[in-house]
Amino acid sequence: MAAANPTQIRALIASHKRWDTIFALCGLLALMLGVLTFAALFLDMALDGGARLSWDFFTSYPSRRAGQAGILSAWVGSTLVMLTTAFFAVPLGVAAGVYLEEYAAKNWVTDIIEINITNLAGVPSIVYGLLALGLFVYQFGFGQSILSAGLTLALLILPVVIVATREAIRSIPQVIREGSYALGATQWQTVRYHILPYSSAGILTGVIIGMARAIGETAPIITIGALTFIAFLPPSPVQAEPPFLSFEWLFSPFTVMPIQMFNWTSRPEAAFLTNAAAAGFVLVFMTLAMNGLAIWLRYRLRRNLKW
Amino acid sequence: MSAVPAQTTLIATSPPGARLARRRARLIRERLIELVLFLAALVSVFTTVGIVYILVKESVAFFQHVPLVDFLTDTQWTPLFDDAHFGIMVLLSGTLTSSAVALCIAIPLGTIIAIYLAEFAPFRLREVAKPFLELLGGVPTIVYGYFALLFVTPLLQRIYPELPGFNLLSAGIVMGIMIIPYVSSISEDAMRAVPMSLREGSYAMGATRFQTAIKVVVPAAFSGIASAYILGISRAVGETMILAIAAGMQPNLTFNPLEPAATITAYIVQVALGDLPHGSIGYQTIFAAGLTLMLFTLVCNIGGHLLRKSFREAY
Amino acid sequence: MKLWPIAAAALVAVPVVFPVQAQQRIVKIDGSSTVFPITEAVAEDFQKAKKQQVKVTVGISGTGGGFKKFCRGETDVSNASRPITAKEMQACAEEGIKYVELPVAFDALTVVINPKNTWIKELKVEELKKMWEPAAQGKVTTWKQVNPAWPDAPLKLFGAGSDSGTFDYFTDAINGKEKASRGDYTASEDDNVLVQGVSRDVNAIGYFGLAYYSENKDKLKAVPIVNKGGSRSVPPSLETVMDGTYQPLARPIFIYVSDKSMNKPEVREFIEYYLKNAGELVKEVGYVPLSAQHYSQALKNFSSKKLGTGFGGKNEVGVRVEELLAREAKL
Repeated sequence: MAAANPTQIRALIASHKRWDTIFALCGLLALMLGVLTFAALFLDMALDGGARLSWDFFTSYPSRRAGQAGILSAWVGSTLVMLTTAFFAVPLGVAAGVYLEEYAAKNWVTDIIEINITNLAGVPSIVYGLLALGLFVYQFGFGQSILSAGLTLALLILPVVIVATREAIRSIPQVIREGSYALGATQWQTVRYHILPYSSAGILTGVIIGMARAIGETAPIITIGALTFIAFLPPSPVQAEPPFLSFEWLFSPFTVMPIQMFNWTSRPEAAFLTNAAAAGFVLVFMTLAMNGLAIWLRYRLRRNLKW
Repeated sequence: MSAVPAQTTLIATSPPGARLARRRARLIRERLIELVLFLAALVSVFTTVGIVYILVKESVAFFQHVPLVDFLTDTQWTPLFDDAHFGIMVLLSGTLTSSAVALCIAIPLGTIIAIYLAEFAPFRLREVAKPFLELLGGVPTIVYGYFALLFVTPLLQRIYPELPGFNLLSAGIVMGIMIIPYVSSISEDAMRAVPMSLREGSYAMGATRFQTAIKVVVPAAFSGIASAYILGISRAVGETMILAIAAGMQPNLTFNPLEPAATITAYIVQVALGDLPHGSIGYQTIFAAGLTLMLFTLVCNIGGHLLRKSFREAY
Repeated sequence: MKLWPIAAAALVAVPVVFPVQAQQRIVKIDGSSTVFPITEAVAEDFQKAKKQQVKVTVGISGTGGGFKKFCRGETDVSNASRPITAKEMQACAEEGIKYVELPVAFDALTVVINPKNTWIKELKVEELKKMWEPAAQGKVTTWKQVNPAWPDAPLKLFGAGSDSGTFDYFTDAINGKEKASRGDYTASEDDNVLVQGVSRDVNAIGYFGLAYYSENKDKLKAVPIVNKGGSRSVPPSLETVMDGTYQPLARPIFIYVSDKSMNKPEVREFIEYYLKNAGELVKEVGYVPLSAQHYSQALKNFSSKKLGTGFGGKNEVGVRVEELLAREAKL
């Protein structure tokens, strides 16, 4: 190296800089590809189905006449099912992730649980549906209801939430934990006051990805008995008379947006295909809204991280 | 400020018995919390047990009719035809080919995007682009399926007119695009967690961002990146609707993505929601197929796990 | 963080404290997606007629899935695109479920070709068999091989997936044996995809329900069929199916009602409404209605609780509905 002259060094630096710029360009292109595909999809659906969007469409029940068919029961069903799914998946997933990262000893039992979780991510969603049919619908007796659907989807997205939680927790430097223990905090206090707040951004990533998948699932929900034609809504969670809060909606029959779309795409009348495109547009929009909320939360949380 | 002296006086003036009791209560609470968390982790184990139980129960009935050797070596899969053949390799080839196509797209693109967002992109761009990418994972799979069938396939047919209407290539490409956020988001989180000190050391040596990214950050974050890859692979293998819609339901023993083929998942959906009587041998085939898929992903996952363990860096 | 244990405990207490099902009068229906459009139409109008006092829900688990739920007593009515099989009859008998079998419409399987196809004016069942039988797999790949008068162009086949009732019926009617078919054709569950496939390829031929042809008359040509041993070719249409001349590809589709459910007044009213209004509603959704006599005979069978199936657990091709309704029913 001592013999290298300035020209050679400059050439080397220039070449490295070139690679740097090339890669930055590649990265940008790859990013654009992803974003453009989404835009193409979204626009495609908006063009096909946009005209169909109207107040009627959102407030009508399904019908054999395409012009009168709407997605009221579908989007209400989807919203309620998503609430239930989040209610079960988030605490379970985060708790499991915290256990595996903070408490579990590095032995073969933990290894098995880890392998098990990633394996579950690869099980086709319909197998979850078959499991849920036997377990939640029949064995536990929840019936073909929103509760069963929520539990099924929670199981489905559990691996994603757990993996994301673990990665988020793993990314916290050891010094934070050591500082906390040095002050005399117990393990749970460390987790609760230090680990969880710092990892919440990463956890939200997992929740976002998981919930986005859950809202678009069709096959397992049909298997546990979601309906395709239902012209009434589940009973409202909030009621006028005491006890003001009702859980009856959990046990009510229901339908969800992807099923409505799936059914409409297979009908012969061309007007139903327009309906399906409109429903797809609304579904992606709902996912956007859900994601948007979580992303905003994550942005706020991440801003405070400094290390 | 006043809380601290109050606490110390409390500790100093309370009788030793009370202090011990408080300590014990705290210990019990800690143990309880640990137990609750352990149970949460066990839920996943119970799920697997449940799934395995269902799959095995019905598969046992299936294997009483069909010898295991036939199942593994037959080159045709026509369980619902009058002349029934049960060669699982046919469906497995469809799964493998489509997953390979998807991963050829998702892993390179996902990693490049992750590196770009973590190391190169300005803060604003990253905060805007990351949500968009995650939205890719949020599009319902039926929408992707029809997108593949009605948009991607005609597009590809312009390049290669011989392409059949149903084929594994368009389904694989769309699946790959769908999986990009799985790979990129988690990898990016892992890369951003690498402490700045490592990067600063590298920059101080005169390395460019690209060199730092490839030689310092990626190896440091490798276990997280590998987790992301494994999640992506699992997702590709387990995907159902895109393949059911765009790849055709044609069981076809091929590794050529330009042909239509049925995957294990598409077949299971087709039969479970079809008109077959439950309890017939045709219906039982879906459990045998599901079991095969599960064993296959298990082998992949064990391999991935061992790989990750040997690469985990501590800093 | 402290809220979670309380919320979890509350949720666990819910099944204990609150009733399991909403206190509404609901008629539960599930089963075939082929029969679904008809049942949906009836359900929609029935609910309106009843001013929302009775609710009707319809699922699409498939004929097999529908029977599974039906035989466990979970649904009141099962939509079926094929008769109940012997195994399903056994499952129902084990649970003590008895049922009435009611045909509600015809589904005419229409053979379609591309509008630019000039060489086909009609097709004989024997010619269709040459195209679709298992022995044709890999061997019969051009039009010329089926009939030397036809051009030497590739034969592109489109048809139903092998798990559907459409597939079972077509293979039974054309190839003589249920599920006996060649495997190398483009199969799809979604008939709209088949429509697209045939309309884009001049050498294509496919089969699916009449409703899909009716909606796409501008893109497809329907082929008149000459039945085995017949001399005239019969095109598929409302008239030819109703008067029974379009054979063998016209099949009846059914609903099954359980006798336990028949004790509920809302179910009885629903079925009566169904059979009284099916004539109009079936046409609206693109299927072929039975004749008025058929519907009144079916209504009589229902009112007199004629329990059991006239098929004996196996499908049959070319059964006439009046004969079916008159047959003795076995459980």
